[in-house]
Order: sequence, then C-alpha cells, then structure tokens
Amino acid sequence: MMLLSVENLQVAVDAKPILHGLSLEIPAGEVHAVMGPNGAGKSTLSYALAGRPGYEVTDGAARLDGVDLLALEPNERAALGVFLSFQYPTEIPGVPALTFLRTALNAQHRARGEAEVSAPDFLRLVRARAAALKIYFDMLKRPLNVGFSGGEKKRMEILQMSVLSPRLAILDETDSGLDIDALRIVAEGVNALRSPSRSMLVITHYQRLLDHIRPDRVHVLAAGRIVASGGPDLALELERDGYDRYALKPLGAAA
Amino acid sequence: MSLAVAIETGDLTQLPSRRDEDWRWTDLRGLVRALPEPSPANHVDLADGPFADLNPAEANVVNGRGQTRVTVDAGASRVVALRFVATAEAGAHVARVSIDVGEGASLVLLESYEGAETGYVADAELSIVLGPGAALQRIVIANDSAAGVSVSLSDVRLDARSSLTQTVLTSGARRQRLETHVSHPGAGARVRLDGLYLLGDKRHADVTTVVTHVGVDGATDQLIKGVVAGQARGVFQGRIVVSQGADKTEARMGHHALSLSDRAEVDGKPELEIWADDVVCAHGNTVGALDEEALFYARQRGIGEIEARAMLTEAFVAEVIDRIEHDGARDIARSWVVMRLGSVA
Repeated sequence: MMLLSVENLQVAVDAKPILHGLSLEIPAGEVHAVMGPNGAGKSTLSYALAGRPGYEVTDGAARLDGVDLLALEPNERAALGVFLSFQYPTEIPGVPALTFLRTALNAQHRARGEAEVSAPDFLRLVRARAAALKIYFDMLKRPLNVGFSGGEKKRMEILQMSVLSPRLAILDETDSGLDIDALRIVAEGVNALRSPSRSMLVITHYQRLLDHIRPDRVHVLAAGRIVASGGPDLALELERDGYDRYALKPLGAAA
Repeated sequence: MSLAVAIETGDLTQLPSRRDEDWRWTDLRGLVRALPEPSPANHVDLADGPFADLNPAEANVVNGRGQTRVTVDAGASRVVALRFVATAEAGAHVARVSIDVGEGASLVLLESYEGAETGYVADAELSIVLGPGAALQRIVIANDSAAGVSVSLSDVRLDARSSLTQTVLTSGARRQRLETHVSHPGAGARVRLDGLYLLGDKRHADVTTVVTHVGVDGATDQLIKGVVAGQARGVFQGRIVVSQGADKTEARMGHHALSLSDRAEVDGKPELEIWADDVVCAHGNTVGALDEEALFYARQRGIGEIEARAMLTEAFVAEVIDRIEHDGARDIARSWVVMRLGSVA
C-alpha cells in the first residue's frame, strides 16, 4: 500500500485556487522530491497536507496509510505521523525548545494511547539526537527558534523530526538559507532517518539539496499540478534546462 | 477626592469619575450609586492567605480593621504577609497602613487583597518609607471577588541606595485599581515596578503607577503584562517623571497585553515626562492576539489547540513571574498564573 496517496487535490488560499488537481503517491520507505518554479504551489502542498488554517481544500483526497488526512485537525495529523519541516520555522518566545519538544512528544503519545515519556528517557533521547546534529544542549534551554540563525533553525527542525519519529516527513525548502556546511549536517540528519517504514516528501526549488538527499522519484510541480515525474536524473535535467518548458505549458495541457 | 474620602464622609461626589483625567478608564462615580453600610467587625476565622505556604509573619487587616503599622528595624530582615480581607457582604471600609523599613533593613512584603463576598467597596492606603540602603520586595496578589469594588493606593518614599522591587498580580474585580506612587531620589536608588493582570468575564483591573525622579543617578525598570478575555477590561497608566536636575536617570517602561476576545478591552497610557539632560529612557506599548503562526506550528508538532493556546499564553506572561527574586513568592506567583489562566483562557 502507498504510505501517502494524494488524489486530484485542489486547494485555494483566500478564495484563489493554487493547486488544480494534484496527484501524487509515495510508497513506504521512499523519498520523493517535488521541484518547481516559484509560485507553482510547493508550499501550498505542504501546508494543505499539514492542515494549516486558511488553506482550503476544495476537492480531492489525501490519505496516509489509507486514513483520510483532510478530515483531521493539524495535531491529529501529527499524531498519525505527519511532520512538516517549515521553510521558515516560527519563533516561540518564552517556551524553551526542550519544553516545547517534550510537550509535543507527550501530546502525540497521549493521542495514540501510548504512555508518556519520562523526563530522564526524554533527556537521554534528545541529548543523543542533538549531538548528532551538532546542536549544543544549552541551546535547547533557550526559547525555541528565538534568535537562532537560519542554519540553527533548520537543524532544530530536523532534531524535532528525529525525536518525533514521523511516518511522513515533509521537508519544505529545507536547503533555503543554509551554507554548504549546514546543508551537509542537515542532509546527514535527514538521511539517518531514512527507513523502510518512513517516507519523505522533499520540496525544493534547487537540485543542490538532492545531491545530499538522493530521491527515489522526482516530480515537477508547475501551475498547481504535477506535470512530469521521473527518476533522480530528472532533477539534473531541471537544473540544466530550467523550468521554462513546464512553467510555460498552458493550464490544462497534458503532462 | 478619593474613594477613601467618599466612604468616610458618605459624600458620593468625592468619588473619582471619568471626568478626572487619571480616572477616565476607571469610573467609580458612575458605578457606585449608593455606598453600602460601613463593614462590621469580622467574626469568622480567616482561611489561609495566598502566601500561607511560606509561613510569613501575618499582619491582617479585615474589613478595614487590624494592623496599622509594619516596621523593620535598621539592619534587620523580615518577611511579612500583609492581608487586606473583606469578609462582609455589601460593606464599605477604608484601611490605612504605614510601613517603615529602616536604614539597611530588608522587607519581603507579601501583600494580598482577598474578598469572596459580593458588593463590598474597599479602600486601602499604604504609606511606605524606606531608609538609606533599605530594600523592599513587594509581591501583591489581588484575589478580589467579581462583584467587589477595590482600590489600593500606595505611596512609596525611597532614600539613597534603597531599592524597591514590586510585582502586582491581579485577577481584577467588578472595578479595581492598584495604584503606586514612588518618590525616587536618584542617588543610586533602584526601582523595578512590574505587574500582571489576567482578566476574564466582566472583570476590570487598573494598574496605575507614577514614579517621580528628583535626583541624579536613579533607575526605574517597569514591565507590565496583561491577558484579557470575555468582556474584561485592563487598564495600565504608567507615568515616569524625570524632574529637572535628575540627570543620568535610566527609565524603561513596557506594557504588553494579549487580547483573547473581541469584546475585551485594553487601555494603555505610558507616559515619560523628561525635564532633565543625559537620560536613557525607553517605552513600549503593545496589544495583540495570540500569534496564529506559532499556534499552527505547535499544532503541527502534535500539541492540541487548547494546550497550545495555554502554553503560548503562559509563556507570554512568564517573563513577569521570572523577574520575581524571592524564590518562594515566585513559585506561588507561578501557580497563581496557572490557576487564573485556567479560568480565563
């Protein structure tokens, strides 16, 4: 069975249609990249799957393991295993990163009817995962993302993903704002989380990230729908030829 | 003109009204159409006050009667709970207390306003004098009833090198005002004047402060936060006056409120009046809703909406609590916040 299955998804923001019938399937264990020019609807896809208020699904379906995602609250989707690594992670003033992460982890455990994680077990887990991402433990005592650099914020996203252990990780422009060293650390963190039971949707404008996170499949998103799909080589083609031939394709033309 | 004079003379025209610039958001004359009878002496046992867990010395003022003086001898240290309690239904009373903190002495004043009954009209006037180098930590918890009218007016006189650190926590009343006036001599004296109002239903709280710097080298730091829900109304009026000659004054004032309801209201009036040179002064005043982006971010991580809202609201007010120096009082203040937010948000 497909882990994620998106069918004819149509999404409007402020009554303006952005996704015009997007279909996409990701089998368990695979990493798929969605590439596309600015304004194609890449972030809209990630927000619609995560359930952000204001992203109105007007038609279509999205299922995780056969469960209708669109009927669920954002936190219910998270407990089911949907994780979104934000392009611009939000600052949470006054809430230390550790407190935030533990609250989130235990909320997910409660929602799934699992026991909460004890404080010592939680700290052990976070210490190990933070070290792998070169995050100083003291940084986790600071309010989440407040005053963090772009690279620190992205590493913090991957740390949260690592601790929350989702079924589906959506990485929205995770490479934006990263220098080459930070990109390598983040990509290693993501690669360490690849597993036969976890799928990833890597959304990116540039091919650069895909040198580090090798996708199984690449999809081209243009003007609100998937217009081409292929193997990893498609990303190299896009890097060489640009998006023009997709972006200029009139609405309604066959992919 | 004051509530105390009105209660003592029975003359309603002495009540401050919206025509008085300093009372325009906390109108008493329009609200109190008839004064209740004078409160009777208390005959019931008092329940524990909010600071009871710290086992402080207790100075009780019940229905306007009781302790009139708290003193700390030069060089000594005391922790005193000063409780203003209203036990009479529909009674009016005035209490006056003078507090003396001698040279080099220190006082932790755990002050509370407690009223469970309805219809009372209470006034408290505190006259506080600090000697040179004296330190006063004043933590106020106002747990008035939703149907009470309560005004507290404190006048604090500082001396050289003395310090006042104050945190006022209030859940409001039918109408309530907590007002502090500080006479600041400069001369190395330091003032921190914080506050927090957490208001739901139709509650009203007014935190008003006036700090007058008259000498060289003084500092005042103020952080007031508020959360309003329902049809509540929060008022902050803060005035810092830097008089002529009070050079090298440092004054900072911040008032930030979170409005959880369209029908709630926040009125803020921060004022800096500067007549001296070479001063560092800053102020900020904001009113806003919970950050929807932060709320979605938290929910995306699996935190339910109610829990996420509570977490963000608690985080918003935590800064005021974190600044309380006394460990025990800070813990009590933190519990108070959790309890009050539970009934407000």
